[in-house]
Amino acid sequence: MSVTEPLLEVDGLSVEFDTPEGVVKAVRDVSWNLMPGETLGIVGESGSGKSVSVMSLMKLIPTPPGRIAAGEVRFRDRDLLKLSRFQLRRLRGKDISMVFQDPMSSLNPVQTVGRQIAEAMSVHDAKLNDRDARKRAIELLEVVGVPQPDVRFKQYPHQFSGGMRQRAMIAMAIANQPPVLIADEPTTALDVTIQAQVMEVLKDAQKEAGAAMVLITHDLGLIAEMADRVVVMYGGRVVEVGDVRTVFHQPRHPYTFGLMASLPRLDTQTESLPTIPGQPPSLITPPSGCAFHPRCRLKRDRADCEEHVPPLHKVSGEHFSACHHIDEMEQLIAEVSAEVGTDLTRGDT
Amino acid sequence: MNGVGTAEAVANARLQRGDEILRVEDLKTHFPIRSGLLRRQVGTVQAVDGVSFSLAAGETLGLVGESGCGKSTIARTVMRLTDPTDGRIIFKGEDITGYSRAEMRPVRQQMQIIFQDPYSSLNPRMSVEDIVGEPLRVHGMWREQGHARVAELLDIVGLSPEHGKRYPHEFSGGQRQRIGVARALALNPQLIILDEPVSALDVSIQAQIVNLLKRLQDEFDLAYLFIAHDLSVVRHISDRVAVMYLGKIAETGDHHDTYESPTHPYTQALLSAVPLPDPDARGLRQRIVLEGDVPSPSNPPSGCRFRTRCWKAEDLCAREEPELIDRFGHGHPSACHFAEEQPQSIGADGAR
Repeated sequence: MSVTEPLLEVDGLSVEFDTPEGVVKAVRDVSWNLMPGETLGIVGESGSGKSVSVMSLMKLIPTPPGRIAAGEVRFRDRDLLKLSRFQLRRLRGKDISMVFQDPMSSLNPVQTVGRQIAEAMSVHDAKLNDRDARKRAIELLEVVGVPQPDVRFKQYPHQFSGGMRQRAMIAMAIANQPPVLIADEPTTALDVTIQAQVMEVLKDAQKEAGAAMVLITHDLGLIAEMADRVVVMYGGRVVEVGDVRTVFHQPRHPYTFGLMASLPRLDTQTESLPTIPGQPPSLITPPSGCAFHPRCRLKRDRADCEEHVPPLHKVSGEHFSACHHIDEMEQLIAEVSAEVGTDLTRGDT
Repeated sequence: MNGVGTAEAVANARLQRGDEILRVEDLKTHFPIRSGLLRRQVGTVQAVDGVSFSLAAGETLGLVGESGCGKSTIARTVMRLTDPTDGRIIFKGEDITGYSRAEMRPVRQQMQIIFQDPYSSLNPRMSVEDIVGEPLRVHGMWREQGHARVAELLDIVGLSPEHGKRYPHEFSGGQRQRIGVARALALNPQLIILDEPVSALDVSIQAQIVNLLKRLQDEFDLAYLFIAHDLSVVRHISDRVAVMYLGKIAETGDHHDTYESPTHPYTQALLSAVPLPDPDARGLRQRIVLEGDVPSPSNPPSGCRFRTRCWKAEDLCAREEPELIDRFGHGHPSACHFAEEQPQSIGADGAR
């Protein structure tokens, strides 16, 4: 297998939900791929489709009301979406593991943490005996920085703090050294000092397992810190994708730029924040054409934004943006910078 | 002595910018832990344990800290929604610590609170007009001002008068928070306590509300007690900052000094833990990763409360509680025996 072969390929994925108000088009025509060993960040606000798109890969959305309307997910020459639930269960935890935001609801409250970790291994390895599973589980707890792992092994989830539970989840996720690790807002429920601990653990765990990671978050700071490449989602679609430095320094989609500019900074104080006007789009009756057009400054009354869904245009190399007017981005950044009196063009290279 | 008459006098006096509007002295709020058949008290949660600060008219004080540090309890205690165990709350020069409900009523015209969750803090059965107008009705001003005032308030916060007829569920999170702001402004207060006002909002909406709050502060000379866990938002909006840990203030000062040269190890660790939205800062920043979790406020460590997670801790820290004093003579007190000025490299530029 050549090194450039993607490990996981999502191609044209669309996911819909039936609701009394109408069909929610949560994910529309989303494509991305994950290379071996890399960390791919998926960033977006609530309702952008970032979580749903990834949950659908493993058929973890409730059906009905959910429905995978189109698309393919290729992993090791197989289309995951065509696998049965039984086949997927054998893959889950062994080849693709997940870490969720809320560890309390992903851990079984009436089973000890140690037993759950051991079980995560023994379901995929019939030859593993209890003693070895236990030994390995204690080792794993140690890897993720749980103090007194032999004592903690025998405790129940409610005896763990939030940060410790998330560590236990990570231990379980890497138990079988899966090639793909999916982390969905893994630290959103945690305080910032605990988040720092857990992110370190996640990085080490990824290294230990040699896994590629998909990190889903709304936090641009975490993306900047962890990801190699980033996918930006808005209104159920991918609007920009590229190397993390390129996307942060030279955003070529007005939404990506608006999002980054509207963040208050820890290192400087500005008078006012450049904002994105309006509200996020309805997913039942999304705006025609580009979903961002009602909030976009680049639209300037042009019809193409309203009429045609912009495809992902190549900006350079592996950097793509779904905007009809990419060539005007530099001007937009300069304009907004002048308005707020801060230079928002961070990198020139 | 403190009759309703004086309370009204307090409420009516309008302060000039820079005058002290709120002073909190050695405030303690403890909650009993009860257990067993007889509900006997078996312990105390020392949620707030000896906090002092003051706030001037037109100024913003940011209270920042992680969950369980007591910042929201301070908000509730200052509003007198929770009774303090000890200490004094002085609003416009008047000690309101022992005020009765009736005495608090005119004070609350001047002092309003906005909560984090715009989904649960608005009554779903009331129209927006009723929600925003409710304070006017409660304080007997509906007849003279009524509809016109509500329309004016909605306009001030960037909603249109037609929105008045609708109900909270028809609005998005950001718009609901605007409704909450309009209601808080109804009685023309001088102090607004904001308890995590933007934490539940998406980034693009958060910036809209932050800008709105700043504009309103300039327009109406409001003093803000701004409570949040997000250090970047607090820096953006505050004039001064107080960093809290386990019921006490660890460090306080001008927003610039506190962020650029923190002297308390907790502040240093907290700032270094925030991920910066700049890939170039990766690996260039010195990150302090604290060990362990925050201890329980029902059984806090002796001496310095941070010592169990602090890399500088020595025997002295367990024996003696460090005072919150200005150790370097730059008006920026910190409660650490081993406080050290350490320029923080929070940006990629600083780290280079």
